[in-house]
Amino acid sequence: MASGDHSVLFIDKLAVQARDRRGKTIPIVEEISFSINSGKVTALIGESGSGKTTIALACLGYARPGCEIVSGEVRLSSTDILSLSNADCRKLRGRDIAYIAQSAVAAFNSAWTIDRQVIESALLHKLMNRKAALDKARRLYRELDLPEPDSIGKRYPHQVSGGQLQRLMAAMAMMCDPQLLILDEPTTALDVTTQIEVLLSFKKLIQNNQTSAIYVSHDLAVVAQIADDILVLKDGRIVESGPVESIIENPQHPYTRELIGAAHVMPEQLPEARSMPTVDAGGNVAVDVAVGVGEQPYTPLLTIASVTAGYGRQHRYLALHDINLEVHSGRTLGVIGESGSGKTTLARVVSGLMQLKSGQVDLAGQRLDDSVERRDRDTLRHIQFAFQMADVALNPCHKVSKIIGRPLQFYFDMDEESMNHRTAELLELVELPAGYANRFPRQLSGGERQRVNLARALAADPQLIICDEITSALDTVVAKAILKLLKNLQAQLNVSYLFISHDLSVIANIADTIAVMRDGEVVEFGLTRDVMTPPLHPYTRLLLDSVPEMRTDWLESSIGLANVEGK
Amino acid sequence: MMTSKISDNKRTDIPVNPIRELLSEVTLTAALSMLVLLVFLVVVLFAPWLAPHPEDAILTDESFAYSSAEFWLGSDFLGRDVFSRLLYGTRVTLTVAFLIAVVAFSLGCAFGFLAAVKRGWVDSVLSRVVDVLISFPAIMVALIVIAALGSSIPVLVVTVALIDATRVFRVARALGMDIVVQDYVEAARVRGEGMGWIIWHEILPNAIAPLAAEFGIRFTYAILFISALSFLGLGVQPPNADLGVMVKENMQGLLYETYTPIYPAVCIAMVTLSVNLLVDWYLKTTDAALPEEL
Repeated sequence: MASGDHSVLFIDKLAVQARDRRGKTIPIVEEISFSINSGKVTALIGESGSGKTTIALACLGYARPGCEIVSGEVRLSSTDILSLSNADCRKLRGRDIAYIAQSAVAAFNSAWTIDRQVIESALLHKLMNRKAALDKARRLYRELDLPEPDSIGKRYPHQVSGGQLQRLMAAMAMMCDPQLLILDEPTTALDVTTQIEVLLSFKKLIQNNQTSAIYVSHDLAVVAQIADDILVLKDGRIVESGPVESIIENPQHPYTRELIGAAHVMPEQLPEARSMPTVDAGGNVAVDVAVGVGEQPYTPLLTIASVTAGYGRQHRYLALHDINLEVHSGRTLGVIGESGSGKTTLARVVSGLMQLKSGQVDLAGQRLDDSVERRDRDTLRHIQFAFQMADVALNPCHKVSKIIGRPLQFYFDMDEESMNHRTAELLELVELPAGYANRFPRQLSGGERQRVNLARALAADPQLIICDEITSALDTVVAKAILKLLKNLQAQLNVSYLFISHDLSVIANIADTIAVMRDGEVVEFGLTRDVMTPPLHPYTRLLLDSVPEMRTDWLESSIGLANVEGK
Repeated sequence: MMTSKISDNKRTDIPVNPIRELLSEVTLTAALSMLVLLVFLVVVLFAPWLAPHPEDAILTDESFAYSSAEFWLGSDFLGRDVFSRLLYGTRVTLTVAFLIAVVAFSLGCAFGFLAAVKRGWVDSVLSRVVDVLISFPAIMVALIVIAALGSSIPVLVVTVALIDATRVFRVARALGMDIVVQDYVEAARVRGEGMGWIIWHEILPNAIAPLAAEFGIRFTYAILFISALSFLGLGVQPPNADLGVMVKENMQGLLYETYTPIYPAVCIAMVTLSVNLLVDWYLKTTDAALPEEL
């Protein structure tokens, strides 16, 4: 299948640029040259906006609307892709080059059965008849370790899980035995425990079929498991390239080092345990001197007691079941769980956006009203919410000064002058220049928006900030800076966090106590060092083992572990 | 500075003036439409000073006289100056249509956003009421109400505005529905903000672009609607001029081979066409979109 010189894909001096409405051009990627040999996997690594997907799409001879490929050469075996007509390109796509997108849910048509969509490309390119195509699809399902390979294709996309759908998309891509497979962040949207299964299936599939592939990802640890070579991209240029081992073990470029430093790895040392009130077997609270409450009986800042809540009429669909948790003053409770575990519902219950079925939530010993509308202003002030997607959590029509100023005006009735003064202080607190007060959210980067989001929460001078996955949408380097900021703020202001994340490495870095949630229940709750050191709860163990480590043999070894455990 | 570590090279640094930004992308069509509307705006503001003759004075015995130095567009069926009546008529028609659009928008947006924010039974009741109102043919409702209450400008404005408000309600509700689920509205709710703030400060600024376009469409609709009512004899009452009235009064002039009824018709067409072209251009340049689900 490969051409004489063994390179399946050859890219030389590729440049893609965007053109805005006034015809001004902005370079997206420049000077991109690399080649992929037969059966090898090359990873494109970089943060959002670094041009990864643009390069991957250029391999299909495609540029996104508003972009154009201006120069360079893209050759697949002996075909010059950029000189092909649209019709010829279409013949190539799906047959010789296949694409696996990040969101399989968005890529499947929910009105058609899976089989029909998987075999479509083979029928369209007239490579085989329907029966042969279906046989081949079943073979691929089996190869991808999908359950019930003979009948899963008769289901509709919504009848399989997200991880299964992602693998089904891989089957769709492999139908025509493409020379080149492009995987664009195929596991980013999946839970860690699912990611490991999908990753393993992909690796097996690529090895069995000796397919060449481009793997686009922002996660170095994931890439280390599957790729042979790595290209590190920054601002549309290749800053470093080489075999996986040498990049990970001996990075040359400072940016690569920064990426590796910020990668989602478990802290080698758990954060030093800070003084916490401890409860002995008899239920007596022993308060540490540092927390020091003196004579009064100690009460945690936030107590969640036997909380049950659900969606639908009369809470028909339970999302939380008998939750008991505590958040202490000036400390962080980390809530970890996979999607659907009830983390966000918990946040909504505490903030009063969702009614309880039973149980109660106390703030500093005072019972909180269920509904945000019936809580008084001072109670509202003490519980602030920081959202996951900073770009939709800030009103695009308000300037930063209004976003931060409004809580000041609302809770403290400040006049114009003291409001401006305090806004500048808050911006400084989150390490942004005071001049940012005059900007609109769209004039800020993702990390800066998240800082404004935090400044808005801090403006209320709260006792508790609920952080709902606030680092998940950020690039690793930026996320690391935000975590550091959160710790600094806690040290300065003694604010507590209810920190929700699906990422155990983030939680382990910031939390004093951890609650592990699964299917709406807390399976484990305790001090971070107790939860994270053996003996582990089996589910915590599974989560912990699923966090990819920055070494190339992690996938195999962790599968070994899982198998041992299975037996 | 810590923030220098945050990499982002695609940010615009200076806050831009959105109006100047918009004007820098004016197309020929948009420019012509603006010019036409500007001329009409001058007429609306200064008709009494621009008109060479009074609106209702009968100046000649000759009906349907041809154009002359004294009567630029000839005389109408009673021998009044068509040009002067055209200026006054444009003024009345456009003012009334504008008032209708403003009232319709205030009502439609207020209730539409209310339905979007409150949801539940409030939304159900409001939406069903609007469904009932919208199911009657608009012109029938207007005819019945005006026949019952008598025709005057306030009655005309309120009646047509109420009919129009039902359409605005649906647009505003659909836009609001999309916006209230955004996290920044949730953030305002968690802060404890009242409904007034949420509608006025969180929802309205984000819906303003598509609403501005809808305003243009509603405005032209109002022009056509009151012209139709006047033509049927239920709009602005003689001797006051109005574009619809002028078409009706001078209809028989067509038999005498004059253009008299054509002039007001052309005015109606020019205004509505210009507004529509301008709306199309505006939607295209601002990337604003009217909601699909109405």
